[in-house]
Amino acid sequence: MSASAALSWFARHEVRLAWREWLAMMTGGRAKRKRAIIGLVIFAAIMHLPAWAVIGRFADLQPPLDKPTLIVITATIFLAWALMLSQAIESVTRVFYARADLDLIMSSPAPLTNVFSVRIAAIALSVTGMALLLSTPFVDVLVIGGGVRWLSAFGVVIAIGLSAAAVAIAITVMLFRLIGPARTRLVAQILAAIIGAGFVIALQVAAIFSYGTLSRFTVLTSDAASAYAPGPDSPLWWPARAAVGDGEVLALLIAFSLVLLGGVMAIFSSKFADTVAHVSATSMTPRRAPRASAFRGGSRQQALRAKELLLLRRDPWLVSQSLMQLLYLVPPALMLWRSFSDSSTAIVLITPVIVMAAGQLAGGLAWLTISGEDAADLVATAPLPPQRVVRAKIEVVLLVIGIIFAPLIAALAFASVPQAAITAIGVIVATTSAAAIQLWFRVQARRSQFRRRQTSSRLATFAEAFCSIGWAATAALAVSIPIAAVISGAITAAILAATWKISPRRA
Amino acid sequence: MVPGENALLRKRDRSAIMTDVSALEVRGLTKRFDRPAVDALDLTVRAGEFYALLGPNGAGKTTTLRMVAGLLRPDAGSVLISGIDALADPVAAKQVMAWVSDEPMIYDKLTPLEYLEFVAGLWGIDPAVSQPSAHELLVSLGLGPHLHERCEGFSKGMRQKVALAGALVHDPRLIILDEPLTGLDALSARHVKGLLGDRVRAGCTVIMTTHILEVAERMADRIGVIAAGRLVAEGTLAELRVQNGRTDTSLEDMFIALVDAGAVAA
Repeated sequence: MSASAALSWFARHEVRLAWREWLAMMTGGRAKRKRAIIGLVIFAAIMHLPAWAVIGRFADLQPPLDKPTLIVITATIFLAWALMLSQAIESVTRVFYARADLDLIMSSPAPLTNVFSVRIAAIALSVTGMALLLSTPFVDVLVIGGGVRWLSAFGVVIAIGLSAAAVAIAITVMLFRLIGPARTRLVAQILAAIIGAGFVIALQVAAIFSYGTLSRFTVLTSDAASAYAPGPDSPLWWPARAAVGDGEVLALLIAFSLVLLGGVMAIFSSKFADTVAHVSATSMTPRRAPRASAFRGGSRQQALRAKELLLLRRDPWLVSQSLMQLLYLVPPALMLWRSFSDSSTAIVLITPVIVMAAGQLAGGLAWLTISGEDAADLVATAPLPPQRVVRAKIEVVLLVIGIIFAPLIAALAFASVPQAAITAIGVIVATTSAAAIQLWFRVQARRSQFRRRQTSSRLATFAEAFCSIGWAATAALAVSIPIAAVISGAITAAILAATWKISPRRA
Repeated sequence: MVPGENALLRKRDRSAIMTDVSALEVRGLTKRFDRPAVDALDLTVRAGEFYALLGPNGAGKTTTLRMVAGLLRPDAGSVLISGIDALADPVAAKQVMAWVSDEPMIYDKLTPLEYLEFVAGLWGIDPAVSQPSAHELLVSLGLGPHLHERCEGFSKGMRQKVALAGALVHDPRLIILDEPLTGLDALSARHVKGLLGDRVRAGCTVIMTTHILEVAERMADRIGVIAAGRLVAEGTLAELRVQNGRTDTSLEDMFIALVDAGAVAA
């Protein structure tokens, strides 16, 4: 086989792997391909409704755009780019640390620079492909409402997808060079979480300090933002102008992204092989834990709880996964702090944010403790009833949630005791719901499969999300319109009951 | 010298320890998946005995042992462990038993000592007893230099040894091992065999599945051969030879003949 034929064969192999990984992610590895595609089409069709609600009113926008509009569109595109960058950093890290075929590739006679060029291109394609898929309903709505000129928005998505992949590769390889393979994985994942959430949070923080609201649009549409923004001819507005149909600017953007990706491939492909070799060498280096002074006594449940807490503490990957949820607590915490100095009614918004964050975090923790048991046989053959094992694990979830959220609720009590009490109840209910759903849908898995937990049961994932939102809304309404809280709480409880009714544990 | 190495060959010396009390008594054990995996199996293992369960892949060895260990619920039958009804009182049965699977399931983020501390905690062992015992076990298995290293970088053999040490730290009366020597190098395998030999000499009962017939031949007091979910032959090596009417044949030849006959009968 010639070098070019081998390269194209490898490219096909990469595309096939990416497709199967994507399909497994979408279907949880169970549904048939045809059913998955039909489901996806139906989902995409349904997604047009919220897309219409969110973006439909902007379809009539015509160039030239005024400054506030340019700022809002540019910020939205930047947010999308940040999210893609976050996703791409994840993908690159996975290529270094988690691909099972690296030994095979490294030991093959194929030129590694070429092979890793293909892999970089595959990352760029998959990130861009996913972005196109997610943006399609929004762009469709704009095309239907405002004409075919909006099709150029797809071009913008491609350009930002390619550039995000290029920047992600550069960041990850440079991180590796700067801080070494042992720390890169953790730092890259934390960075991905911060980049993904950071922009929205920064806008919210600015809005809180300037206007006492959580709305990021308040900052973007303010006179101050317009005053500081550059003139309409600035390259900063190119993505916004390209999105509304400026073909010339769009061509420039795509060309720039391709050049950027090509440059990254040329510079970093050869370093990929070195990086991979270093990572595999590092993974074989033993890591010493601090010497324990003596074995601790206590009950069997205490042994279980101590083990779970130690594993959580020693799992930096989990820390980075959880960080995203905790980052969203920064704005309400700031708002809380700010509200001590005035009587802003916006403080009501803190309650749902805290309750929702608690529910989401509890879902992840409950999966780790209940389903993600690496020594399932050991625990199952231990002389204690399964109910006590489950109870000990749920206690760990409650304990961690308590440690994280108790200070916030205590601070809230200084502003409003009733609101703090409602928030505390909301946190407990949301946490218990999330843990219960994980319990009903538990599937034995390894902790390292945490990333795929959402694909193992779509139903559990949706139920968890709906319940978190439901309890958050109920808590918010309990603070402001108590009678509406009763209705919202009843609906959420009904969702939870329906989830239990159809759960495999009940069957 | 590896502990208990010589003792392995002195099976006759252990006959004094073995008693008529059954460490394990299985009656009519049945499990069906899409086909019968274990088919009304009867099995008795005496206390203080080293019992090797042999059989081809898919014969029902692991399914049988997983039901005994309480990891699978049988469709029918009874399991008595040291006289305790394991289906009626699983907690009491588990207290005296240990299970080691062929795929060592340990926690990557814990050190071997921390893992053993956790296991001892689960079995409710006094730390004053379990700590020195854990240390001694790990050192005897050659893990002394790795006591404070996280298991994430361990080879399969090292992980298997940690899992085995975990099974022994609570001093069980019955140890069930499913292919414990898979993936171990010669020295590690000898360490494990030595440790098991020591336990059996001390009165512990060991039930082990293995595909390494030489291990069964050298270590086991009695051998059971299972095929298509049924016990097709059982006894000492000499008894198996007599049963097969082939006094000069090897265990491997007998095993193949028995399995073939079992498959035909099924």
